[in-house]
Amino acid sequence: MDDLIVRTVTKWIVPFIQVYGIFIILHGHISPGGGFSGGAVLGSSIILITLSLGYKKASGIISHNTSALLESGSIIWYVLIGIVGIISGNNFLTNRGSGFYMGEVGDVISSGMIPLITVAIGIKVASTVITLFHTIIEEA
Amino acid sequence: MKKIFFIMTLVLLWGLMVASIVQMPTSGDIENPSYNITTHYYINKSIRDTNAPNIVSAIINDYRAFDTLGEATVLFISIIAGSSVMKNTYGNKKEKKVD
Repeated sequence: MDDLIVRTVTKWIVPFIQVYGIFIILHGHISPGGGFSGGAVLGSSIILITLSLGYKKASGIISHNTSALLESGSIIWYVLIGIVGIISGNNFLTNRGSGFYMGEVGDVISSGMIPLITVAIGIKVASTVITLFHTIIEEA
Repeated sequence: MKKIFFIMTLVLLWGLMVASIVQMPTSGDIENPSYNITTHYYINKSIRDTNAPNIVSAIINDYRAFDTLGEATVLFISIIAGSSVMKNTYGNKKEKKVD
């Protein structure tokens, strides 16, 4: 879609969309939201770039290999957080008992493994959306 | 004759489903069977267990974290299936052509 208005509006609005997505992911344990919704917002910002500025520009920002690596890495990160619980002598994915930093109620860095898992899910959903869309684009 | 039988069966099934909808509990009623001991446990103890004010996040990322791992696996498998169907492999020289 080669149009001046669409390109200019995309360049202006994409940083705000990405900041909003990161905000939703990082505040997933305090305010409504979480990994799935924030990751969808982050992924759709890259889809907006692909649709309006072209596939070459979008793959310069995040290439296909990078998003595939992020996707596999985030699920390994999730499982590793769960294995910390086993190492400390509890069940798989134990939060308080396995020694995560709990902090004060309402802080961003608090409540143990919940923010870590939320970040992992957010990266995973965003890179899944991006990888699937770019796979379909490459085929055409 | 076949069409009449078909319509009769559909009307019967429709009546069965409407009868089950009438029997459902009212939304938001305090006497509902979903307000059981689990709900009260989450509302009373989740902030002590997880230090997270968002109870939904506490449930899906702490109490039901294994279920969320399964959801992430569903995403992973979906991307594997999509890539295996749609990824462009015929330009690859190393790949042998199968007749």
